[in-house]
Amino acid sequence: MKSKHLGIWLALVVEVLLLTILTSSFGSDGSFESTFLNWSNISQVIRALSFIAIMAIGVAPVIISGGIDLSVGSILGFSGVVTAVLLNNGIDIFSASIAGLVVGLLSGFVNGILVTETKLPPFIATLGMMSIARGLAFALTGGETIRNLPPEFIAVGQGAILDIPIPILILIIFAVAIGYFLKATKWGRYIYAIGGNEEASYFSGVNVGRMKILVYTLCGLAAGIAGVLFTARFGVGQSTSGLGYELDVIAAAVIGGVSLSGGRGSIIGVIVGSLLMGILRNGLVLLNVSAYWQQVAIGLVILLAVILDRKTKR
Amino acid sequence: MKRGSIKTVTSLLQMQNIRKQYPGVLALSDVNFDLRAGEVHCLLGENGAGKSTLMKVLSGAIKKDSGTILIDGKEVEFHSPADSQKAGIGMIYQDFKLVPELTVAENILLGNEPTKGKSPFVDFKKMNEIARTSLTQLGEEIPTTAIVSSLSVAQRQIVEIAKAISKKVRILAMDEPSAALTENELKNLFAVIKKLKQDSVGIIYISHRLEEIFEIGDRLTVLRDGKYIHSCNVAESDRRSLVRWMVGRELEQEYPKIELKRGEEILRIENLNAGILKDINLNVYRGEILGFSGLVGAGRSEFARVIFGADRKESGFIYLEGKEIYPKSPREAIDLGIGLLTEDRNKYGLIMQMNVRENISLSNLHDVVKGFFINRSKENSVADKFTNDLRIKTPSIEQEVENLSGGNRQKVVLARWLFTKSKLLIFDEPTVGIDVGVKYEIYNLINQLAKDGVGVIVISSDLPELLGISDRIAVMCEGKLTGVLSRSEATQEKIMTLATGGNLEATHG
Repeated sequence: MKSKHLGIWLALVVEVLLLTILTSSFGSDGSFESTFLNWSNISQVIRALSFIAIMAIGVAPVIISGGIDLSVGSILGFSGVVTAVLLNNGIDIFSASIAGLVVGLLSGFVNGILVTETKLPPFIATLGMMSIARGLAFALTGGETIRNLPPEFIAVGQGAILDIPIPILILIIFAVAIGYFLKATKWGRYIYAIGGNEEASYFSGVNVGRMKILVYTLCGLAAGIAGVLFTARFGVGQSTSGLGYELDVIAAAVIGGVSLSGGRGSIIGVIVGSLLMGILRNGLVLLNVSAYWQQVAIGLVILLAVILDRKTKR
Repeated sequence: MKRGSIKTVTSLLQMQNIRKQYPGVLALSDVNFDLRAGEVHCLLGENGAGKSTLMKVLSGAIKKDSGTILIDGKEVEFHSPADSQKAGIGMIYQDFKLVPELTVAENILLGNEPTKGKSPFVDFKKMNEIARTSLTQLGEEIPTTAIVSSLSVAQRQIVEIAKAISKKVRILAMDEPSAALTENELKNLFAVIKKLKQDSVGIIYISHRLEEIFEIGDRLTVLRDGKYIHSCNVAESDRRSLVRWMVGRELEQEYPKIELKRGEEILRIENLNAGILKDINLNVYRGEILGFSGLVGAGRSEFARVIFGADRKESGFIYLEGKEIYPKSPREAIDLGIGLLTEDRNKYGLIMQMNVRENISLSNLHDVVKGFFINRSKENSVADKFTNDLRIKTPSIEQEVENLSGGNRQKVVLARWLFTKSKLLIFDEPTVGIDVGVKYEIYNLINQLAKDGVGVIVISSDLPELLGISDRIAVMCEGKLTGVLSRSEATQEKIMTLATGGNLEATHG
């Protein structure tokens, strides 16, 4: 499996090496120092990209099943704001967080129903949801930023267990769970089958409709997790949170080898794809590249990574 | 080889010592082939014999490693399909290369659109005229402004041929042109081929249906395992020798039929109505093979879909082992013990980018799951067992089915249904596009299933096949069951009479 995506691993190694060299300096006593390759920077980078990575893991099964979800960024915003508003109204941390997750889950479920019952193309169905969820987030807050969240809640986003930031821990748990779900359960197998050939899957006894609802719901849940974590990480509830993230999320999945035509992809690939994107963003900041040129560089790297991946496959 | 009997004919096309090596496989090993103007030269061989590779070399789609291609005695070198088209070579593939959204005329002249003077604007009037000329040449009356997606498969094929003719082809290769055609459409195609012969076009004809070779072929060449085996005039060969050249050994008979003992009833259909199906009554028994005949569109596949839960019935009753059932999805049907090998295994059967193992276990993952997870060692042993039992030719069970030949792909689908341990198995066109050797194995498997007490329904448009393997033959016409013939009373004539809505008493009374 891994050998199939040699290109993406290669790209990651090259990226890390390059950034290490470009950001390192040697002290007069021969000591080595890199602003990139040190634990505090690396853990910050991963903490920053964990939101994108969690959502990319959520969107991967959708794309593998032959669909697409454009609403993840908006669902992140909506879920985050719901949690923040509830906290501000004195609801306890656990219930408010669960409510955020449920909002994500339900939004995803609606996507699934739209795709299976109304037979809307996933692109259109989730485009609608993208606008609806964002609108609801604004309506809920009146566009105001929600501040003064309880410090115990903020600790979930900013704290660490055994030196590992909590968002990273959640990312790891989620990645392992979804990774096993895709590779080792029959439902995972069905998801690949549907993306490979929907008609044939149906005639082979796969309950196509139910599986599709499942993947969109799961994707919504992932966006909900990211939304609650995002609010905790920055300590505020903002209805603009996650704006435009859907493109980064889909890019991370595709760079990681998830086929937009369905049927192929792996969670480990998605993680590498997310790392590639996140590290690049960080590196460009460390190298003092202007925000405008950062965009150009990221676009180029997306193209390069995918071209490289295609070339090295088979 | 009495090839010298027609001395004066020079070859239009000569392919000499063509060699093509793929990683691990020698696809063509010094193959020779020649074609004369105005003849139909049949290219025969099992799947994987090298026919398609040879044609791809001719079309310029792949490069040969060595060997020469001569046209009118002059050596040519093809670097791309465009080169071979320029040399007057046309290819008609099994899956058509037409743009479904465009009109007939637009397709025929795709890439060669006539323009108004030197302007870039397409002259549609002229375009339709040219297209109509090509079609009339073939004796066909397809409206040139019709959208291709609205045409029947047979009409699309005619459009493909017209497209080739409009480019003034001298050599036309047809790969399995008859696979999707009905009896009548096939007659029509043969008439078209005869017209092309009169215009001195050389035709390369590839088909697995041997009776077609005897009907339309002038000469034939047999390949086996990438090697040239034999060439001769069709008139000098017979079915038996063809099969021997293709398979490399003697097959006792084409349709191995074993004596079966009919068991108790497994399926009973009463007054079934659904879509085009009208008032169907039928019984199927354990341990028998029930053939299903009828013209394309008679409702045979629709019947299978209703039993399999893919379509809903409107009224009537379905009983499985005496209990009324009403499957509302394939999943429900499978859980009840019904299996369907769909027609068109590539479109409705296989997940191409999944491997052999995953395709075999797909319908019955339940049996290899332990707790939440798929038990890989169990899944492997299941896949290994069926790969061995059915002699599926694959480097490993991890091979993606995309890389298997047609016959082996069909065996993978078969393995899937054997693994679900169905009580009733419906085969829809199980041997289309499959070579003689594998067909024989599939017939044996069907026999074995029936012997083991499975109820077997075989839907097929291949009449000799149905007559060869069935214990009874049900015939449909326009959604109605027009008759059920026993093995002893069934003949091609009787089946065709029933299939076209005729009355047996009237013709034989």
